[in-house]
Amino acid sequence: MDRRKIWNAAVRFALYAAAFLTGALLAGLIGYILWQGLPHLTWELLSTQTSYIRDTIGILPNILNTLYIILTAMAIVLPLGVGAAIYLTEYAQKKRLASIIEFAAETLTGIPSIIFGLVGMLIFVQLMGLGAGILAGGLTLVVMILPTVLRTTQESLKIVPQSYREGALALGAGKWRMIRTVVLPNAVDGIVIGCILAVGRITGESAALLFTAGFGLKLNGFVKAMRTSSATLTVALYVYASEQGKIDVAFAIALILMALTLAINIAASVAGKKLKR
Amino acid sequence: MESILEIKDLNLWYGENQALRDVTVELPQHEITALIGPSGCGKSTFLKTLNRMQDLVPGVRLQGQVFYRGQNIYDPGVDVTWLRKRIGMVFQKANPFPMSIYDNIAYGPRTHGIRSRARLDEIVERSLRDAAIWEEVKDRLKASALGLSGGQQQRLCIARALAVEPDVLLMDESTSALDPISTGKIEDLAVQLKERYTVVMVTHNMQQAARISDNCAFFLLGELVEWGKTEVLFSKPSDKRTEDYITGRFG
Repeated sequence: MDRRKIWNAAVRFALYAAAFLTGALLAGLIGYILWQGLPHLTWELLSTQTSYIRDTIGILPNILNTLYIILTAMAIVLPLGVGAAIYLTEYAQKKRLASIIEFAAETLTGIPSIIFGLVGMLIFVQLMGLGAGILAGGLTLVVMILPTVLRTTQESLKIVPQSYREGALALGAGKWRMIRTVVLPNAVDGIVIGCILAVGRITGESAALLFTAGFGLKLNGFVKAMRTSSATLTVALYVYASEQGKIDVAFAIALILMALTLAINIAASVAGKKLKR
Repeated sequence: MESILEIKDLNLWYGENQALRDVTVELPQHEITALIGPSGCGKSTFLKTLNRMQDLVPGVRLQGQVFYRGQNIYDPGVDVTWLRKRIGMVFQKANPFPMSIYDNIAYGPRTHGIRSRARLDEIVERSLRDAAIWEEVKDRLKASALGLSGGQQQRLCIARALAVEPDVLLMDESTSALDPISTGKIEDLAVQLKERYTVVMVTHNMQQAARISDNCAFFLLGELVEWGKTEVLFSKPSDKRTEDYITGRFG
């Protein structure tokens, strides 16, 4: 065999090994979480709240808190982010202002989430006096994911062909009618995917919520939870694992989070295909 | 013949570049006027000033007057929506919306407030018939317009423009992306349409201009060199540059 063939085979093997190792790592991680978490994932855990008197653990409050915070954050970030994106791409005359905002948004997406947590604590929890709870946590997440929603919406608006806009305007449509009937329907798939991914980030976020949503493990209604310390699933995972040493519960939560992330990603790709027609 | 559009001393700049220089011309009603000239001569720019689509270009500056039936369309009080309803436009590349054939045609009428189903049905059929495409699409009005061939899409766009009952139809090289058969259909269509509408078309194709236009305007470097009856302009051009262009000495 000549050297070139040996070299080829060696490179081929090295690449194969890299791919295999990557796959094995992921599969191993998922397998390990399943193995550790599945035995502890009981109906009681999912449907009750933690009781120190009876010495039982339940994560229903945390599941609900996660839902509450998704609802709160999305209800604010969706109109804000999509509205801002429409303004910047369709209306803004000053292209410099638009590009400064885009640059700022780009920068914000790269900031570690713990910093959002810190700022959220100072501004929402203390300065505005909201106290730790779903509201302060939700607002912190709004600041954190707003750039993502803004940018994905802008990108989907920008790929709508200019000829659609011209066609609508040439028929005498006003600007808003053009946007509503021709631009938005053709950008909605990107916007929806952006939102689903934002929900994914909220579900998985912990650092930004530690100081802002709090560690509370008690079951609360939606309104009460707004201003009451309420741990989401990820924060609860942290509390059970590091403060109470309940690794089994932490793994059960990890399993739920993994399943949720999977569901969200599947939803994003299905929505993308459905809306694309 | 009465003029429907009168353009007086029209100058237009893109930033520092002057794209139109002192253009003064009258466009007669119920006739086809062809705008000819080499690429970059300003003929498309001129066309787009007639329904103020040029307003959309960033950094554009305009001086002069464009009178549509006596009304200067650049007066501050003019409603652009009204203007574009009166002066419709068909683009170089067919641009049907990604909706059904029916909804494409109904888009304009709906924009201008027509909601009645029966009225819309009537407008859709009439417009598609006027654009000579009704027979080809009548059985699939609910199908997506994007499934049509290029030539059909362009006739759909003409039908869409006709649906708002315009007075003038602007065509911006509307056949340049089409095969000869589709081009022929659209040329025939333009000739029929001038009975009821006034047609202003930009074309790169000298034969097309000679074949179907009644009037011709020759642009060069932003200047309107010569305009008048097509047969006169093609047989006895008064300017040397016009003669050179139509005989193919440059272009």
